[in-house]
Amino acid sequence: MSGAPQLLKETGPREVFCGLTSIVWLHRRMPDAFFLVVGSRTCAHLIQSAAGVMIFAEPRFGTAILEERDLAGLADAHDELDRVVNNLLERRPEIRTLFLVGSCPSEVIKLDLARVAERLNGQLNGQVRVLNYSGSGIETTFTQGEDGALSALVPLMPKAESQEKQLLMVGTIANSVEDRFIKIFNRIGINKVSSLPPRESTKLPSIGPGTKVLLTQPYLGQTARALQDRGAEILKTTFPLGIEGSRIWIEAAAKSFDIEESLVNTTLEPLINRAEKAIRPYKDKLSGKKIFLLPESQLEIPLARFLQRECGMHLLEVGTPYLNKELMQSELALLPEKVRIMEGQHIENQLDRVREQKPDLVVCGMGLANPLEAEGISTKWSIEFVFSPIHGIDQAADLAELFSRPLHRHDLLNKTQLIHA
Amino acid sequence: MELTLWTYEGPPHVGAMRIATSMEGVHYLLHAPQGDTYADLLFTMIERRGRRPPVTYTTFQARDLGGDTAELVKKNIREAVERFKPKTLLVGESCTAELIQDQPGSLASGMGFNLPIISLELPAYSKKENWGASETFYQLVRGLLKTKVTDNHKHSPNAWREEGRRPKVNLLGPSLLGFRCRDDVLEIQKILAQHGIDVNVVAPLGADPSDLIRLIDADINVCLYPEIAETTCAWIERNFGIPFSRIVPIGIGATKDFLKEIHELLGMENTNPYESEQESKLSWYSKSVDSNYLTGKRVFIFGDGTHALAAARIAKEELGFEVVGLGTYSREMARSVRSAAKELGLEALITNDYLEVEKAIKESAPELVLGTQMERHSAKRLGIPCAVISTPMHVQDVPARYSPQMGWEGANVIFDCWVHPLMMGLEEHLIGMFRHDFEFTDGHQSHLGHIDKNDDKAKEASPNHFFNKIESDPSNENPIWTIEGQEELSKIPFFVRGKIKKNTEKYARETGCKKIDSETLYDAKAHFST
Ligand code: SF4
Repeated sequence: MSGAPQLLKETGPREVFCGLTSIVWLHRRMPDAFFLVVGSRTCAHLIQSAAGVMIFAEPRFGTAILEERDLAGLADAHDELDRVVNNLLERRPEIRTLFLVGSCPSEVIKLDLARVAERLNGQLNGQVRVLNYSGSGIETTFTQGEDGALSALVPLMPKAESQEKQLLMVGTIANSVEDRFIKIFNRIGINKVSSLPPRESTKLPSIGPGTKVLLTQPYLGQTARALQDRGAEILKTTFPLGIEGSRIWIEAAAKSFDIEESLVNTTLEPLINRAEKAIRPYKDKLSGKKIFLLPESQLEIPLARFLQRECGMHLLEVGTPYLNKELMQSELALLPEKVRIMEGQHIENQLDRVREQKPDLVVCGMGLANPLEAEGISTKWSIEFVFSPIHGIDQAADLAELFSRPLHRHDLLNKTQLIHA
Repeated sequence: MELTLWTYEGPPHVGAMRIATSMEGVHYLLHAPQGDTYADLLFTMIERRGRRPPVTYTTFQARDLGGDTAELVKKNIREAVERFKPKTLLVGESCTAELIQDQPGSLASGMGFNLPIISLELPAYSKKENWGASETFYQLVRGLLKTKVTDNHKHSPNAWREEGRRPKVNLLGPSLLGFRCRDDVLEIQKILAQHGIDVNVVAPLGADPSDLIRLIDADINVCLYPEIAETTCAWIERNFGIPFSRIVPIGIGATKDFLKEIHELLGMENTNPYESEQESKLSWYSKSVDSNYLTGKRVFIFGDGTHALAAARIAKEELGFEVVGLGTYSREMARSVRSAAKELGLEALITNDYLEVEKAIKESAPELVLGTQMERHSAKRLGIPCAVISTPMHVQDVPARYSPQMGWEGANVIFDCWVHPLMMGLEEHLIGMFRHDFEFTDGHQSHLGHIDKNDDKAKEASPNHFFNKIESDPSNENPIWTIEGQEELSKIPFFVRGKIKKNTEKYARETGCKKIDSETLYDAKAHFST
């Protein structure tokens, strides 16, 4: 194995979404759940701006906006919240699970959403389950919101009836990708496979000492701990991004289910061959190019590993809002020596480094993309990685394509300009 | 506490960002948690700005709250001033920082910088975006001009004559994330120039703090967007005696009135009575014979105060529509919208709840909706043509081409974008009529959205489909529609179907008829046409 990457830290002004943003993909995964943010107009505006939600007649998320009278104590915030929730549930009888999502304002005024949830659960008699977690910007960054939501679900998971081994995939992935993984696991003889979050919020998978957990997403530290506390084993491995990462990830499951290596190899080999062929044209485009990843989704480290090892890219800096060394162990071990991993952010200093090092491609948040493009630097939005089906061997080429498209476009447009010049 | 699924306006500090980002040489220090940085994308994505907004967010975290957040604020101010070297610094808080009361404004003032520092107090739990923009613009202007206020201000808006120069005015209110502001400014500048009137300062869009100090060199102020600039114009009038214009030049009539007002304020003669006919095609297009079909079109209007009011006037006076609904989300302008609605015999809808607006649209069964991007979606669901007339901004509202709303060219733009959806609506109807012909078997894609063959088209074809789209009056003794009645109704062109359905139900209720069949429908039609 190669030597250790450099783990650096930086503090200062940050340019990242808060955990509320993860509602945007969570509500799509569980269509019978509603996410009610208890917050301010800013929180409501953030979610609608990040999601571009105007297309929904009745979205499955909303904000209970705190008003002056709630803060001044004129209206008991608890009573008000009860009222809002009851109105909502009356209008939306299809809701099975209600997530109360804490925000910065609700946390600063110490509105105890756990207590509210408990009280509402008492009143609702199991008709609707009420859960709570924090998506606030003072506690969470972007994808960490999903970590909070999933850990809130863990206590409700039924206890597994037997000690029999079962595989649990944890983290929101595209439904098509989920199906694909299940098929592959079935082929190698792992037949009991379930997912958290499930497609229906009430159909939670069971959990027990026989449960082996594969994390599909790297930002689920809190959920992993909660699952461990319920007796599950978290398999230490890479994340299923790229051919290599997915292969190691599947192999980790196979190993814990005592599946013969040869069966795994013969199952994966044709998939790998096909994927390698598919990835080639993008690799040609990406190879030797310099990439700088700004921190946002926590997917940066596995993505960097994929881009460096499978696409031949040169890593200038790999930002991450938060580094969980334990979960990232297998990933860090695959990164080249001395690569700069930057935890935290000082946005201005970081952008200075971007300008200095002249990357061919920058992975960044939506607010930064056009300003960098205007400076002649190609960009890729980090939010795309949480919306696109990118996991698994079969998706490796699509993942590479996401990175090569901006470069391809850059070349195309600049060529045109030359002709016209 | 208010349940909000979607909101027309952002929080007030986003309004402050609009002012800061519209200007040059201004930096905004915003005490706020990391997630609030989402607001940058409003400018860089929706407006496609190639520069980051000039905003430094302190991005404090929970672990900072126990310690010294004031120190964090100061560190960020120091770094921002050093790096961006602003000419004026705005300092304020977002909703969360308002609760922890670090008073960043006074912290900044105590740091000994040699530059104007404007402290903003924008109550996040009671006010919204436009108010925040207006207050920020006002505080900036006041902060930069207050030392120039004297007790005996004497200002004559006619001074240009004695001084032997052309009159000059300020154009106040245009800002980023405002509806078509960039093009409105160009259009108004062009028209004023034709009348021999110069523009002294445009603000906040493109202005520098030193330009704000020059505001008092103008003969009058032109208040283009009252939501943003009225407070400022009124303050300048009170303290410097500079009068300001009230009429917003959107539409032919309003543009004429606007020019009249400007000329009067400046003591000028307006010489060309044929100007509107020469400069804009709206009046002629509206008179031309093919516009006959526009007569009495039922139109529902909702938007910010300024644009909703303007749209109501144009719809009624210039296009011969019938306004069947008028409303706004701008509470600050509720009063004028209410009185405009009253004049039209309507009750104004003042709300921030888009579902309430959607309900009002259904109930008034319009043939055209003029609204925001949200009403565009609602109208689409209801199968009604729509044109967008107001913020909140969407990337589609920042077109590459020149397309003002104000002035003569603005009137042309308005004619096109209101009338085309109606024509397309007609076309849609024809397609509906012929959809069973073999030429159409592949379906047809129109601006009203792709009709999915497998799904929507099948639904659309059944007469029941329309019933789900326009709700009946929810009263209990509602008559029911027989299948035969529904079929008859589905043959009626969509653009009058809603009205006919309502009228028929009303007629049925009045005559005590419980079941509506095709006969009832024609009885009702005859009844209401007399
Ligand atoms: S950072 Fe806090 S206040 Fe801002 S949108 Fe997120 S939760 Fe709301």
